[in-house]
Amino acid sequence: MSDAHARPRVLAVASGGGHWVQLMRLRPAFEGCDVTFVTVREQYRVDIPAGAAFEVVNDATRWNKFGLLMLAWRLYRIIRRTKPDAIITTGAAPGFFALRIGAFLGIRTAWVDSIANVEEVSLSGRRIGPKATLWLTQWPHLEKSCGQGPSYRGAVL
Amino acid sequence: MIFVTVGAQMPFDRMCRAVDDWARARGRNDVFAQIGSTAWRPSAIEYSELLTPPEFLAKVKACDVIVAHAGMGSILTALEHGKPILVMPRRGDLRETRNDHQIATAKRFLALEKVAVAFDETELAAKLDALSSLQAADRISPYASESLLAAVRDFVRGSRGERTR
Repeated sequence: MSDAHARPRVLAVASGGGHWVQLMRLRPAFEGCDVTFVTVREQYRVDIPAGAAFEVVNDATRWNKFGLLMLAWRLYRIIRRTKPDAIITTGAAPGFFALRIGAFLGIRTAWVDSIANVEEVSLSGRRIGPKATLWLTQWPHLEKSCGQGPSYRGAVL
Repeated sequence: MIFVTVGAQMPFDRMCRAVDDWARARGRNDVFAQIGSTAWRPSAIEYSELLTPPEFLAKVKACDVIVAHAGMGSILTALEHGKPILVMPRRGDLRETRNDHQIATAKRFLALEKVAVAFDETELAAKLDALSSLQAADRISPYASESLLAAVRDFVRGSRGERTR
């Protein structure tokens, strides 16, 4: 194993607004890693730590099929190029597809459900969580609310 | 200064109109609103459709209080900067967001005493009148709880040397 590979390669994915704010609150956990941040607004580049890479993809909702297809393709290209050891997301659509592709390629994946999901785990979380290596909710009362998952290990605040 | 924000994703005219009406009625000229991409234009308050992240941060730092949709980006930003925040949740049935999750978020953070909440426009006007007495919740750290960071660190470290491809 090369020295370069001694630093885990991490792909950290979030769409805009609260999803991105929550991902940024996880930054200290990525120290010692080579991180590529993926989001939906070029302007978020100012938030990432020095030395990290940054990629922008289109955002899309489940009502925009063409947008979703484009998003999935761009994420696939980013994943093939950056070859992450682990993919982590705080949602929403870009994280869902990144985990879907990552799980398919045998990469370790983590879904951190947004703290905004107070009454139930998000629809994306319910669909991708069981396929993820790590599936977390930020509310103790939602732990194991979908069968074996998700787990509760604290929150972004 | 009162900083009003609808977040980065979509407009929330119902809230912004209520603030604009209130500011006109009270003769307030210290309100700035980030209103999102919308055809509607405020008549009494200063506004911008979208702010860049540095502009947004400058408004947060400069304001005395934040009035926002019940989005987590707005709530976390207010708590991180120790600013009092009054939120009005978007409603799913009015297509202001995809479902009523903001109502649940608002209720939960209200119970935790992290935010003040106006559930509709009438309540918003009343709470705006009492805004000067609104206290900020305890300031939070800019990072997640140590237990969540530990869980993510473990996950990331576990990836070392375990590539399956």
